[in-house]
Amino acid sequence: MSDASSNAVLYWKANLRLILGCLIVWALVSYGFAILLRPLLAGIPVGGTDLGFWFAQQGSILTFIALIFFYAWRMNKLDEQFGLAEEE
Amino acid sequence: MSQFAINLIFVGGSFLLYILIAVWAKAGSTSDFYVAGGGVHPITNGAAIGADWMSAASFISMAGLIAAGGYANSTFLMGWTGGYVLLAMLLAPYLRKFGKFTVPEFIGDRFYSRNARLVAVLCLIVASVTYVIGQMAGAGVAFSRFLEVDATTGLIIAAVVVFIYAVLGGMKGITYTQVAQYCVLIIAYTIPAIFIAIELTGNPVPALAMFSEHTQSGMPVLEKLNQVITDLGFGSYTADVSNKLNMVLFTLSLMIGTAGLPHVIIRFFTVPKVADARWSAGWALVFIALLYLTAPAVASMARLNLMTTIYPEGTAAQPIEYDERPQWIQEWEVTGLITYEDKNGDGRIQYYNDGNADFADEAEARGWAGNEFNYNRDILVLANPEIASLPGWVIGLIAAGGLAAALSTAAGLLLAISSAISHDLIKGAINPNISEKGELLAARIAMAVAIAVATYLGANPPGFAAQVVALAFGIAAASLFPALMMGIFSKRVNNVGAISGMLAGLIFTLVYIFVYKGWFFIPGTANLPDTVDAWVLGISPLSIGAVGALVNFIVAFVVSNATEEPPVEIQELVESVRYPRGAGKAVDH
Repeated sequence: MSDASSNAVLYWKANLRLILGCLIVWALVSYGFAILLRPLLAGIPVGGTDLGFWFAQQGSILTFIALIFFYAWRMNKLDEQFGLAEEE
Repeated sequence: MSQFAINLIFVGGSFLLYILIAVWAKAGSTSDFYVAGGGVHPITNGAAIGADWMSAASFISMAGLIAAGGYANSTFLMGWTGGYVLLAMLLAPYLRKFGKFTVPEFIGDRFYSRNARLVAVLCLIVASVTYVIGQMAGAGVAFSRFLEVDATTGLIIAAVVVFIYAVLGGMKGITYTQVAQYCVLIIAYTIPAIFIAIELTGNPVPALAMFSEHTQSGMPVLEKLNQVITDLGFGSYTADVSNKLNMVLFTLSLMIGTAGLPHVIIRFFTVPKVADARWSAGWALVFIALLYLTAPAVASMARLNLMTTIYPEGTAAQPIEYDERPQWIQEWEVTGLITYEDKNGDGRIQYYNDGNADFADEAEARGWAGNEFNYNRDILVLANPEIASLPGWVIGLIAAGGLAAALSTAAGLLLAISSAISHDLIKGAINPNISEKGELLAARIAMAVAIAVATYLGANPPGFAAQVVALAFGIAAASLFPALMMGIFSKRVNNVGAISGMLAGLIFTLVYIFVYKGWFFIPGTANLPDTVDAWVLGISPLSIGAVGALVNFIVAFVVSNATEEPPVEIQELVESVRYPRGAGKAVDH
């Protein structure tokens, strides 16, 4: 196996780890805080209702935006780090 | 000036703007027509994706559904935004790297099979046509109100306009027209919301206002709303739901479906670089979020306004008299989307939940003989400025915005359908030697047929606009998304596996939907009643797409592992898709 191919394998593994981490947060805010774990957050009041409701109607959307920008920033850096970025 | 004239000016003016931009943009760039995104900044592209994406369902229907369902319908908010996370991480950059122009083309090449491509065409058509039905239903509602005709006439007018618009705008699916449409629709959505937010809470930011204090009562808006509606026997707005499984699956179907809808994916093929595909997804979600963060505020405040319109003296007092009903109720009655029946003969509008057994005694004590007021949920956003007695130009603006949303998405979908038929089906399989002219003609005929089918079914939609659209997402989730994702993330899944997976997912999902919604959505052909009790494990037909996707994944893996590996060149193709610079070639050295 040449260096080029092991480099590529490492890049792909790093990508998969990053995706997995992001998707855990993605699932936690939407399926977790907003739906399944809502009863646990019921004690935290937010403007006439509770934190779970806020995550369901606004919080998860804001988190999604942050996640995509974080992923794009990290991946674009990984592309360069591994020398796999697209040529200009 | 009459409201009718104001509406015409706003709708006509915005249409004129789109046409002018289309003509101007065309003159500037004839050569790079097919890479319209080629020189476009990811932010601009994001706004264009936003317009393409936000349809009649988002603009017209969604807030109405949230208003009616409260917390339980938050699924639409999370589902239609969370899909962009999947898109940005699992599909968009790799499909951009692959560099083909239609979704069936990728599936056909990756799974080295013409049949796989044809199955993908079938999935695409079923999902997109279902989606167009939802758009037609929504656009029909908008036209019927603003042209003051009944709902069916409105639908037919919408069909004619969509046809002209798709043939015209379809040829110029230019980014800048969609940016203009985005501006129109976001302004139209936000301005009335700001007015209402100030009226109710004094806070001009709708997304914050919904969690602030209701000036009149000194209570938080949501608490006030809960109080008013529970007083009338309706369920609490913020109450938790008991059927969590269905809520999770429904949200998941919408998310996976978002990532699997071809007309959205196509947008990412047009950005110049893989890195830009990632940024574009982020910007698209920013632009979408501007509407999606306002929508729940519109929903809660409009619901509260509606209740106070009917019960101006509070819920303990008598509701308003029918003869004194506001102008907007009279106008919506013309369309048949608001109905009133004086069941107890007292000339007042008793609006309450007569399906709630616990409330029956109180209703009887008050001399009420059943709920007398019904409204179609799709009208809530459009009627919202009128309910809050906002000036006429705001009402005209919202008409223009709703139509921009419905028409831009319908046109995008029709393009996806016609390109699948003319490019993938006819040119790719039936007649590879077809002339350019013949291909275009086939595309137009396909478009006309799709509109006709969608209009017929749109006249008797199997649900409100947003619900019909949700079905389309379930179908896309169960068929296309798994095939695309496995095509990138697995080298082992082969042609037979992918085809069996797509067919299994599609058929499983369709059968489950048709059993409850009627075969091919034709009314009266359902085998089981569409109620919670009849659903398997309480899973609604709207949520089944997530299960269908799972079926697709499992079938594809099992069948692939039982048959032979994909050839080496396909495994190299998968490698090359994964690395922006094409590391697949480096392996050879």
